[in-house]
Amino acid sequence: MTIFSLFFYVLIGILVCILYFHLSNYIFDFFSKKDSNESSIRAFIFIAPAFIILLIYILYPVVETIRLSFFDKYGRDFVGISNYIWAIKDPEFKRGILNNVGWLLIVPTLSTFFGLVIANLADRIWWGTIAKSIIFMPMAISFVGAGVIWKFVYDYRGPGDQQIGFLNAIIVSLGFEPQAWITIPIWNNLFLMAIMIWIQTGLAMVIFSAALRGVPREMLEAARIDGASELKIFTSIIIPYLSQTILVIWTIITIVVLKIFDIILAMTNGQWQTEVLANLMFDWMFRGGGDSGRGSVFAIIIMVAVIPIMILNIYRHKQEEKI
Amino acid sequence: MKKNLFSSFLAQFLLLVFVIVWIIPTFGLFVSSFRDKDLLAISGWWTSLITTEINEIHRTANMESQIQENNIYIIKENMFSNDSKKKISSFGITSKNINQFLVEETATLKDDSKLTVYENGDYIWKSQTPFKNKKGIRIFITATSPPKFTFDNYKEVLFKEGVGQAFLNTLTVAIPSTIIPLIICSFFAYALSWMKFFGRDTLLALVIASLVVPLQMSLIPLLSIYNDIGALFNISSKSYPGVWLAHTGFGLASTTFLLRNFIKSLPHEMMEAAKVDGATHYDIFLKIILPLSIPAFASIFILQFLWVWNDLLVGLVFLDQVPSEIIITAKLRELLGSRGENWEILTTGAFVSMTVPLLIFFLLQRYFIRGLVAGSVKG
Repeated sequence: MTIFSLFFYVLIGILVCILYFHLSNYIFDFFSKKDSNESSIRAFIFIAPAFIILLIYILYPVVETIRLSFFDKYGRDFVGISNYIWAIKDPEFKRGILNNVGWLLIVPTLSTFFGLVIANLADRIWWGTIAKSIIFMPMAISFVGAGVIWKFVYDYRGPGDQQIGFLNAIIVSLGFEPQAWITIPIWNNLFLMAIMIWIQTGLAMVIFSAALRGVPREMLEAARIDGASELKIFTSIIIPYLSQTILVIWTIITIVVLKIFDIILAMTNGQWQTEVLANLMFDWMFRGGGDSGRGSVFAIIIMVAVIPIMILNIYRHKQEEKI
Repeated sequence: MKKNLFSSFLAQFLLLVFVIVWIIPTFGLFVSSFRDKDLLAISGWWTSLITTEINEIHRTANMESQIQENNIYIIKENMFSNDSKKKISSFGITSKNINQFLVEETATLKDDSKLTVYENGDYIWKSQTPFKNKKGIRIFITATSPPKFTFDNYKEVLFKEGVGQAFLNTLTVAIPSTIIPLIICSFFAYALSWMKFFGRDTLLALVIASLVVPLQMSLIPLLSIYNDIGALFNISSKSYPGVWLAHTGFGLASTTFLLRNFIKSLPHEMMEAAKVDGATHYDIFLKIILPLSIPAFASIFILQFLWVWNDLLVGLVFLDQVPSEIIITAKLRELLGSRGENWEILTTGAFVSMTVPLLIFFLLQRYFIRGLVAGSVKG
């Protein structure tokens, strides 16, 4: 792919799309009488591409995945619920669920908490905008890129050698033994979660930052005059006032965390007991020829977990639209 | 008042701690990507920011460079390359005692020849008798080295490791994968908000329902469709148009949802007036809706573009992992496996992959934030 063929490729792709709309509407205008009411053919022209894609890429796959989860690894023979039964008995599945639950408990909570604290601090400090920019920056980076960044932080060298990983360098300078952080079962999950918290805190922070402007100034000033400490103001005015926003952010981050895949693939590939559902799904789908039945079971479990949170999220979005 | 001052100080301090913790990992990567690869492997990146002390072994020139002046034989050279900024503080001529002489002192060797080393790496080696050394002798030096940065890693990563190619591949994926859904969804969203046709409400409900479907659900069935099509026409089942459509499909529900909310909120009097004047829906869309929707487009464009740019899963599944198709995140993941200890390659590759998102982030932060906040409905 040279730069030239890149442009060519990109142009063709976009042109096809524009040409479709322009030509079809032009043809329609040509054949329909100007003064007559526009028929539903026009609506069809507008809708058709999106609808076809929706059908092929979302709706059909949902039905097909549900079907496949009841079939064998090649999708040929009906096997009833045996894929699900296998999943419940599988120790890897249990570990994946446990890890996912750990991620769901820790990452959204800490990201939301840090986001709230930072937004609140930055609001009162003159260099707060710069601070917010820096904290928000990881949000722009890919999970894999973040994985490389943190793998470098967690890098491990033998006790005698110079540590080039920042974390081990600190540990050694404090007089402790260096550790291979991402290979210590159970604890390594926390080090992977730290990456996600590092990323998602920025999102929480910007949303809180916007919401904080809604807190009535008079209320804060009145509290200050009454001699309330900043901590007291934070816990008894700001947090209750932002409870809705806290819930919103928590749901957003929860959905991202439920589907967490890239970080683990890049950092450990599920080794050392770090596997989560999305990685197990990927493994069963593609490793060693794949098993579409078992892979589908994981996909469905992820969807079932996402649905209630997503509904809450959409409901919230609708409410916001009304305001 | 005093209490306020204290709490303000405490707040600044706390925020500073957060900022430092947040920036250090990225900063370390950034600095490392410009470091010499040999140094990178043996010392922490923070050491490169300050002048450090290093020990090196150099070899003098041999007998061929000697010149004769007043019956004294002299070898006079510089042991560093031209652009070196190292400063020698002491030197030695045996490995047992590498700091035996201070700079500008004269060492007397076994054969009575005399060696003087200067701070900038010059050395003069004098002897009463002609030099017969086929190999030069070793000089052990202790020197201070100022921070030194290079673009070598970037040259290597971009052109030899194929990251430059992967960067172009990612652009080829990302640009159409952003523009196509934007075009298709804006028509769709317009129809859903302002056109009357049978089944409109059902269709809208379908779009909203699609928001909850995680894209993991689609992978296996789609891949088998792609394989069938590939086999039918005897072409590769993995191609750029395939990925564009996949990204269009996965971004469709959220893009439509956001655009519809926006288009629905536009004043309908304007459209009705245009209608009365005989404008068709297509005219209204092009001349009224499109210009008004530019800010919404900008946010959604950035959101989808970054989403595609940073995606790994779709690129892994729907493209061949060959140099002409592999995207940058997949390349990075491959390098993590194959060059796991070559930090000069990993840090530089990661930084190259981050350039576009960071550029967008710093230039268009406002739209970026708006898009992210609104786009939190993406499933």
